[in-house]
Amino acid sequence: MAFESFADFLEMGGHGLYVWLCYGLGLLTIVLSLLLPLQQGKSIKRDLVRRLRREERSA
Amino acid sequence: MATKWLPRWFFQLASPRWCYQFTGKLIPWFAVISITLMVIGTIWGLAFAPADYQQGNSFRIIYLHVPSAILAQSFYMLMALAGAIGLIWKMKVADMVAKSVAPIGAALAVLALLTGAIWGKPTWGSWWVWDARLTSMLVLLFLYLGVIALNSAIESETTAAQATAVLALVGLVNIPIIKYSVEWWNTLHQPATFKLTEKPAMPAEMWLPLLVMLIGFYTIFGLALMLRLRNEILVRERRASWVKELLTVKA
Amino acid sequence: MSERHISVSHLFIQTFKRDLVLAFRRKSELINPLIFFLIVVTLFPIGVSPEPLFLAELAPGLLWVAALLATLLSMESLFKADFEDGSLEQLLLSPQPLFMVVLAKVLAHWLMSGLALTIVAPILAVMLFLPFEGMPGLMLSLLLGTPTLSLIGAIGAALTVGLRRGGVLISLLVLPLYIPVLIFGSSAVQAAITGLPLGGYFALLGALLALALALAPLATGAALRISVSG
Repeated sequence: MAFESFADFLEMGGHGLYVWLCYGLGLLTIVLSLLLPLQQGKSIKRDLVRRLRREERSA
Repeated sequence: MATKWLPRWFFQLASPRWCYQFTGKLIPWFAVISITLMVIGTIWGLAFAPADYQQGNSFRIIYLHVPSAILAQSFYMLMALAGAIGLIWKMKVADMVAKSVAPIGAALAVLALLTGAIWGKPTWGSWWVWDARLTSMLVLLFLYLGVIALNSAIESETTAAQATAVLALVGLVNIPIIKYSVEWWNTLHQPATFKLTEKPAMPAEMWLPLLVMLIGFYTIFGLALMLRLRNEILVRERRASWVKELLTVKA
Repeated sequence: MSERHISVSHLFIQTFKRDLVLAFRRKSELINPLIFFLIVVTLFPIGVSPEPLFLAELAPGLLWVAALLATLLSMESLFKADFEDGSLEQLLLSPQPLFMVVLAKVLAHWLMSGLALTIVAPILAVMLFLPFEGMPGLMLSLLLGTPTLSLIGAIGAALTVGLRRGGVLISLLVLPLYIPVLIFGSSAVQAAITGLPLGGYFALLGALLALALALAPLATGAALRISVSG
């Protein structure tokens, strides 16, 4: 461990704001990159299924 | 012409259906591997790796900044390569890959810029500095944004894919020229260039977690790419019978 | 109908002449890039400071940026007219090498934009208090650099010719590619002011021009085919 205590870990020797801001942004980027396509996928499939049903009914 | 020299699996790749099924199999593996690597890398870099002698704990930002910068650059190359393949062999899947990579690469460039800028504050005292690396990354972001803008401006999917491929390739040729000129410009105005990352003299305790994070980044954003690609395939191939079957099974 | 074999140089000259004639028919439009150049340069003393020492320091970069923007602004007209009246499609259908056609059009366009800007630049340089030693460097760097800007700009114009509002998009696409020319061009002017040797800068600008001459018309041709077919 590079730190004595958890408080030290959070503080990062005075650079806590910068380090945690960066890691927060990193986490945000990763989460958005994965969640957005997953959500889009769901709505795409929903739309396509709806369209299929409509076509079947009118056929 | 060049078609003779390519292995058969190259053309198997061209089938959107095959790609959809193959990525479907890969995704669970990628998910497990990527999350494991990211967790290990993050904890290692944040808690166990030593702090830098000069920069202190802000050095730990390197474990985000360097992987995102490397990925932003290599994803641009992937985008240009996929675009070229789509252009030369008229492969729809290649076009779809290029389109899917663009927003991810742009996001990574933004992350590299933000982490680089934030890192600059404790290191150099200001929230931004016009050094060669950050400026080149900014230009790379512009190139990404241009590709994305052109793609959305053209209505026809095939025309958009072709035009974007040409633009991406033109950008690719320019990237080394831009890098060289920006570095040259930087030495003109800042004779003492201070590099954010210490190059050769990094001990293993520092670059091992970096390597883990780099592979973690590749796998997790590779996962993101596959998710986007699958969406793109579904939308473009919605008229195909296999898609209809797939959807009716789901519903 | 007899087969007339049109030589490449003949094609080049014909296209070049045609574009010049067409450009001169709309003389009022020819001045636009020059006026834009003048206005942009005027904005800085007004918006920031008219102080001679400040402007003199700003001058090399500002003149280059303004010339660059003026060139960019005029790029949209390169292919637009031909696209709209269908002659572009004809050009693409003909068996003539597209490379030469593009080169001829870009050259004609450059005469009306980049070259004109180069000639007018010293006047604006005086308004920005650019030291006299910088003038040759300014004109030569613009002379070497603006053709490259036109060649690269043609790629952007070709990619967007089919779009209704392609103007701003051209800028977004092309500006990142302009950065190396800007860096070497404005540095050449800086070097001229401080009395440093200019050979290296012109060699770099020349190399960029050579690369652009060889590759840009290829990309432009490909982009034209894509835009017209789409």
